[in-house]
Amino acid sequence: MNIVTCIKQVPASSKVDVDPITGVLIRDGNNVKMNPYDLYALEASFRIKEQAKDCQIKAVTMGPVSAKKVLEEALYMGCDEAVLVSDRKFAGADVLATAYTLSQLIRYFKDYDVVVCGKQTTDGDTAQVGPEIAEFLGIPHVPYVVEVIEIKQKSIIVKSAYDEYDEITEVSFPCLLTIEKGSHVPRLPSYKRRVLFQDYRIKTITIKELQDNDPLNYGLNGSPTQVEEIFPPNKRANSIFIKGTKSEVASQLFKILKEQKYI
Amino acid sequence: MGYIRINQENVNKEVVEKLQKLCPFNAFDYVDQYLSINAACKMCKLCAKNGPTDVCEFVEETRPQIDKTLFQGITIYIQQRNNLAHPVAWELIGKAKELTQITKEPVYALVIGDAVEDIVQEALTYGVNKVFAYQDDSYAEFNVERYTNVVEVFFQKYKVNSILFGGTTQGRSFAPRVAARLKTGLTADCTMLDIKPNGDLLQIRPAFGGNIMAKIHTPNHRPQLATIRYKMFNAPIRCEPFGRVVYEDCSKIDKHSEITLMKTKNKPQGKDISEAEIIVAVGRAFKKQKDLDLIKLLVERLGAQVACTRPLIENGWFDPRKQIGLSGRTVKPKLIINLGISGAIQYVEGMKESELIISVNSDIHNKLFQISHYAIVGDIYEVIPKLNQLLSQIL
Repeated sequence: MNIVTCIKQVPASSKVDVDPITGVLIRDGNNVKMNPYDLYALEASFRIKEQAKDCQIKAVTMGPVSAKKVLEEALYMGCDEAVLVSDRKFAGADVLATAYTLSQLIRYFKDYDVVVCGKQTTDGDTAQVGPEIAEFLGIPHVPYVVEVIEIKQKSIIVKSAYDEYDEITEVSFPCLLTIEKGSHVPRLPSYKRRVLFQDYRIKTITIKELQDNDPLNYGLNGSPTQVEEIFPPNKRANSIFIKGTKSEVASQLFKILKEQKYI
Repeated sequence: MGYIRINQENVNKEVVEKLQKLCPFNAFDYVDQYLSINAACKMCKLCAKNGPTDVCEFVEETRPQIDKTLFQGITIYIQQRNNLAHPVAWELIGKAKELTQITKEPVYALVIGDAVEDIVQEALTYGVNKVFAYQDDSYAEFNVERYTNVVEVFFQKYKVNSILFGGTTQGRSFAPRVAARLKTGLTADCTMLDIKPNGDLLQIRPAFGGNIMAKIHTPNHRPQLATIRYKMFNAPIRCEPFGRVVYEDCSKIDKHSEITLMKTKNKPQGKDISEAEIIVAVGRAFKKQKDLDLIKLLVERLGAQVACTRPLIENGWFDPRKQIGLSGRTVKPKLIINLGISGAIQYVEGMKESELIISVNSDIHNKLFQISHYAIVGDIYEVIPKLNQLLSQIL
């Protein structure tokens, strides 16, 4: 059995601001970490591996060369291989172009039974890449998986958590699962595995090796959506302080709730 | 469409440092005196706009443009379960009706299910021009593969300008599938929508964790797709139906699926504070459990859920599921009112993403005030009774 687990490097802090004077995006791009949801995707992958026979897990990510760091972490946690798909031509990719690139990478592997993704990333927050990869691969997907119940010869049974209900579904291989946070406690990277992978070289795939190497389908060119503008949210960045007598502050509070239509 | 061209002649160490500092995405690599842009680039074009002169340039590439007049109509996907519509659909109809004032397009509803007659009639009362219904026994339960086939057939036939989905768990799994099938753009979880007279939908959403907003458009692809959060817009006032209903032939639509639904279980409602839209959170300033009676009226009027800080759990006043914070639940309601909470970092991390934060505390230096939109300086034992007086006057 072959599992492909998609992970992503994200900024360690979600604090991003717009300079109110220059309109410039301020972000600390130096501190990065693995997308927290992906830890659960990895853990779910390991649990599938433990139940299945002869199972190999490939961790993959799309990003700059520096994103190899999260792939190393995935190896130390329990993945068997790691592959980076990286190319300048991927710059500016939106959801569609990102999902297309990852689907092309997965097609490159040929043999895969389960693709595992985190539910969403903490930087993009869209939860769209997983289902779009599945569509590009022409395979079914099951989202918001909170529990892997059973692995059969040709299918898997999982439990998903929707807003108002839980669903148990059986889905045939090959398929894609997106994993909800909190599903299983993710394991830590192990020192033993770190030693084991000391001389391991993470493979890098570029656009040339993909089946479709038309640059118009990748990066900004392959992205139907474009950011027209970024701007600070309407809500006040600075706190409004309300002081006065107890009656004054209470009536101010009352007024705010009324204005916001909560009462 | 386009790319960033770097004029290597003007690159020097100082320029590189400036650009690396300016780029929010760490996308500049400088190796062997050659400056390049790596795959981390998000095409924000800051380097071209605000970088050192004559180094980075955005080169626009033009592609054949689609004829936008061929695509007409904003379509709302009416999510249903057990033949009951999700109310987010009506809110989206309300917004679509506003937007079409500008573009003069029709508003359509798209319903998929096994017995959708009631939903079709309900949709008409919200003033849509047409309801397209795809009815088949195999559509009884939502199935992402079958439903995607339906939307594909629908779009190929009617060439609508945009399709809006509720940002529910179902919508957020369904819409991306449709987007990839139709090879078009999709913006997740919009909180605002606007439209240009040429029909370009402006999809506005928080970006990078919510501190900034992004205005996104789909300039050369149709349909334009977006999921929109529940409770962002108002449903229109119901009216005398004037729209038409079209029951579509589903017999030729592929109904194959590799997904078998085995069991569905409804969740007990209103128990989980992480799902709450309005929260009144209480902290250590409440001296006795009995004093919690003070917030009863406020909670009732807001329709809020009550949550608390860790010390109150330790006191045994609340079920542990009611705790906000890193060791409890993370919440992101539309409104949170913090009463007498000092704002330990573990608490703040668990609720700082809330949309509107109001905090009441007698200590003006308390940490929670820094992240609150409204910091109300006062003793809860004084302010809440006064607030209760005002609340009891309005109903």
